[in-house]
Amino acid sequence: MAEETPKIKVTIDNITVEVDPGTTILEAARKIGGDVTPPAMCFYSKLEGSGGKCRTCLVEVSKGSEKDPRPMPKLMASCRTGVMDGMEVKNITSPRVLEARKGVVEMLLINHPLDCPVCDQAGECHLQDLSYEHGTEGTRYEFDRRTFEKEDIGDYISLHMTRCILCYRCVYTANQVAEGDREHGILERGDKAEISTLLGKNLKNDFIGNVIDVCPVGALTDKTFRFKNRVWFTKPMNAHRDCSNPKCCGKVRLWMRGDEVFRVTARKDEWGEVEDWICNECRFEKKETKDWVIEGPANISRHSVISQGHYVNTVDQPVVIDKVIGKNPKLLLDIHDESDVNKPNVRLSEISGPAHSDDFEKKDK
Amino acid sequence: MEKLTNKSVAVDRSPMTFGERIYVPAIMKGLSITVGHIFKKKATVKYPEQKRPFSPVFRGLHILNRDEEGRERCTACGLCALACPAEAITMEAAERKPGEEHMYREEKYAAKYEINMLRCIFCGYCEEACPKDAIYLSETLMPTHYERKTMIYKKQDLLIPHPKKQEGQ
Repeated sequence: MAEETPKIKVTIDNITVEVDPGTTILEAARKIGGDVTPPAMCFYSKLEGSGGKCRTCLVEVSKGSEKDPRPMPKLMASCRTGVMDGMEVKNITSPRVLEARKGVVEMLLINHPLDCPVCDQAGECHLQDLSYEHGTEGTRYEFDRRTFEKEDIGDYISLHMTRCILCYRCVYTANQVAEGDREHGILERGDKAEISTLLGKNLKNDFIGNVIDVCPVGALTDKTFRFKNRVWFTKPMNAHRDCSNPKCCGKVRLWMRGDEVFRVTARKDEWGEVEDWICNECRFEKKETKDWVIEGPANISRHSVISQGHYVNTVDQPVVIDKVIGKNPKLLLDIHDESDVNKPNVRLSEISGPAHSDDFEKKDK
Repeated sequence: MEKLTNKSVAVDRSPMTFGERIYVPAIMKGLSITVGHIFKKKATVKYPEQKRPFSPVFRGLHILNRDEEGRERCTACGLCALACPAEAITMEAAERKPGEEHMYREEKYAAKYEINMLRCIFCGYCEEACPKDAIYLSETLMPTHYERKTMIYKKQDLLIPHPKKQEGQ
């Protein structure tokens, strides 16, 4: 029997927590939760070796440890710094950290196109949240943003390299989740670095769809959901199915509107990380309600735009007007007679890619 | 009972004085107020001939804007529909195909865009929410309709005319 390793104490923003040795500051802060937790754009607790790239999780270590109480001279990346016994960390209580984080956000946004109105990630984008909470209003950058030629990486995933912040999460996902069957990676160096497949290969591993979920920005998005609906107009529902793939858990989140399934993603926890990986079949090919056993509405933070208009625990009032007046009330206008939007017989979710102008022309006939 | 406020005044039921009883001075006082109004500035205007200027923040009928080259500005981001408290705005987005660059400004555009004028309350939140300067509330008054179904305004009803093409083309 291995001896139980003694827990060590770490104080983050004057809140003390006991953790196992070898934990990073970020994970210790996540145990406390709330505002104390530094934001993270590249660190992903389920991906080994991730972190240390985006620098948004910088914290000030004001006391190194009980044995060596000197403060660390520079701000440390909390996702890569292990805790020591008696360590004291300042996150939101340190003006240095807040100032540095502002700078990091400004740097991340230098080359970001800010095309949120077009981007499908808007509403669940970590960079949006980060710049809203920690960034400044304007930019001081006066030069042209970097642009890339658009690359087709398959029928399921669309790549927008201009939006990428080079967090490497998708690279680790392909290595670790998709059994090292990796067709994409970072080409070039420095400001020319880009995610790309070497010479136009398709991403076709069974688990490669998970790169969509791990991408903190809209660089990798679901092509089967592309432009079909905004995230906040769809309702997230937890669902599961018996997936034939033994490595796939089959537990997903459906993004529905009415009884249409617009998008399937993995379930995400409070830190925006997936709970379990799902396979491409579940993600891209099961777009019908009858494929799934729906468990109920997913829990969404009420501060998120996704929760707008999604009421839970509502009770439908019984309609008794027909009994009172003895007949059904005359409907003066059925909106579907006149409206072209959301026609009951037209299912946008069943088109394989984004809708085009001719898709609508066909429907009009 | 204790009074809730001290605003209530007891009615004066004392017998009228001689001046009040002869009635004519009160009539003269009332008529002088009436006649005095003839010489004051009129509060009304003769509407169809004469129109009052709109306030700069007036919110009238919606328009969908185009840019200088006549491309539609709207990218169907859904923020107007999100901001709309009456849930009057609905849309369906589509991807721009090669060859349609002269019609739509961004790679995504609103294939269908509708405002249900039966629901709209002209609050102007859609104009405030729009990140692309695409929707504006103009200074045109909302016209009246005989039927409900003509109150569903489609994209072609809302778009401003193309700046380079002749109207009606």
